[in-house]
Amino acid sequence: MSESTIQPKKKVGFKKGLKQWKEVLPFLILGLIGTGVFVIFPLFKGIVMSFQDYSIMPGAESPWVGLENYLKAFEEEQFRYAVRNTLLNTIVTVPINWFLGLFFAVLINLNFIKFKITFRTLYYVPIITSWIVVSFLFRYLFASGDGGLVNYLLYTQLGVIDEPINWLGNQWTAMLVIWSLHIWKTVGWALVIYLAALQGIPKSLYEAAEIDGANAIQLFRHITIPMVTPISIFVIIQLVMGAFNIFPQVYFVTGGGPMHQTEVLQSMIYTQAFENFNFGYSSALGVMMGIAVFLLTWSQQKKIGKQKFY
Amino acid sequence: MKNKKSNILSKLVVYSLLLLGVVVFIFPFIYMILTTFFTEAYQLPKPGEVLTVKPNLENYDRVWNEYKFYRYFLNSTLVAGVAMVGGLFLGAMTAYSFVRFEFPGKEILFRAFLFTMMIPLVLAIVPQFTVIQNLGLVNTYWGLWLIYIGGGVVGSTFFLRGFFETIPKDLEESVIIDGGGNWRIFWSIYLPLSKPALATMAIFSFQGTWDEYFVALTIIKDEALRTLPIQLMMFQGQHASNWALVFAASLIAILPVVIIYIIFQKRFVQSGGSDGAIKG
Repeated sequence: MSESTIQPKKKVGFKKGLKQWKEVLPFLILGLIGTGVFVIFPLFKGIVMSFQDYSIMPGAESPWVGLENYLKAFEEEQFRYAVRNTLLNTIVTVPINWFLGLFFAVLINLNFIKFKITFRTLYYVPIITSWIVVSFLFRYLFASGDGGLVNYLLYTQLGVIDEPINWLGNQWTAMLVIWSLHIWKTVGWALVIYLAALQGIPKSLYEAAEIDGANAIQLFRHITIPMVTPISIFVIIQLVMGAFNIFPQVYFVTGGGPMHQTEVLQSMIYTQAFENFNFGYSSALGVMMGIAVFLLTWSQQKKIGKQKFY
Repeated sequence: MKNKKSNILSKLVVYSLLLLGVVVFIFPFIYMILTTFFTEAYQLPKPGEVLTVKPNLENYDRVWNEYKFYRYFLNSTLVAGVAMVGGLFLGAMTAYSFVRFEFPGKEILFRAFLFTMMIPLVLAIVPQFTVIQNLGLVNTYWGLWLIYIGGGVVGSTFFLRGFFETIPKDLEESVIIDGGGNWRIFWSIYLPLSKPALATMAIFSFQGTWDEYFVALTIIKDEALRTLPIQLMMFQGQHASNWALVFAASLIAILPVVIIYIIFQKRFVQSGGSDGAIKG
């Protein structure tokens, strides 16, 4: 909350501005250079590269190719898979993640529950574990044949499937594994946010309503839901962004296979650059994705814009 | 309206649901730990065998000494440690600039910073690599540190700014009366009063670089310089069917983060989850 809001748009004289910059520069300069060189410049350079047949070798030519990199994407099946799977991942995992996060948060927050912190800690463990390790773990659990734990449970123990499933060898079962991993790994995040939000609701609201004779369901509908709505908007936007940015879960579990059928946008961007060395093409994909993310988060951008210097 | 019996029943249902959740989220890890006790697992151990295996540390010993994971562990500690301290310092200074100073162009600058948070960073990896290449820092930790610290400023600035803003301006007066300047205010007021936020930030940053794979893979070429995530992927490639060894290495790699988390989790989750995030 800076003072500038009280007297907005006060013109600062050039001399005064220079003096202000002189004061702030020692603190700001390193952050400016770091962000400029390693974030802002790379983003602009990425846009430029998307119009080139870019070569990473120093001194090599990088001819301009216009929109060729962009047009190429729309002719490729891999790109269609990547777009489809990125959207599917968002549509499938966001509602489940959101529901489970809220559901478990409400349960843990019930008055009679003991060991609240222990539950929260345990549910959060997948979040802090590295993507590589949990991806190994899921590949192991969903191993083909009857040695994988999931096949063992479904086939040997329960007998609900006729033969062990080759989970990662088929498009849709592989997608199922990726979605499960995504949900399993990230539910704890929504849970923790909701738990904090629920604990922030004043107890007096509930007490007052109880005196008026409200039951548990009414309390939930008329107090809990409205009180957590602002957080819900934030949570859902973050979940959408997280699901849209799906990458390591695909890259480490299936590598996009079989035959690019589980590819998502970021895994394609990465492999095009670092395995196929199509840097220009990869950048064009990145630019398109950046625009999509930007549009997707437009509402949040506006919110942040408003919030900053009120 | 509520009688005792239905009350106990509903408690039982809620506890069962919560425990079911714990099983789903935690059992895979237990299964993974049990798997590491197989010493000759050249094929997938049968689930029945996994649950009855005798604990031993042989695979951990092999991975640590024979496969030299101690070296990659130290490499990762060095990389993540320096990146954490540097990133924290830079983030705190930049946040301080935005909170305590007025200067022309501040708002535009801050918006530009925030805007970059919305762009997927995969787009930036190739250009970042070319910058490091031009600086002649490929295959050095300096290259990694520059990208981690430089690329992380925006996030930490955004996070810390929220905490810095809650520090009352009156506190500065005592420093000013003593003849101290902006640096003194930064050192003796802003930093000490934001300890919880700085600690949270430190943990996030440490975990982020400790687990970072994609940038490290492009910058580091020497086997001796590899960090844990890279070596872990290579190791899994070489010992694809020996999950016991792979998981022993994996557990070594996640242990520090899990320990730090469990020690600090009360503070870590609360400030990380609610304040910092909701301010976004």
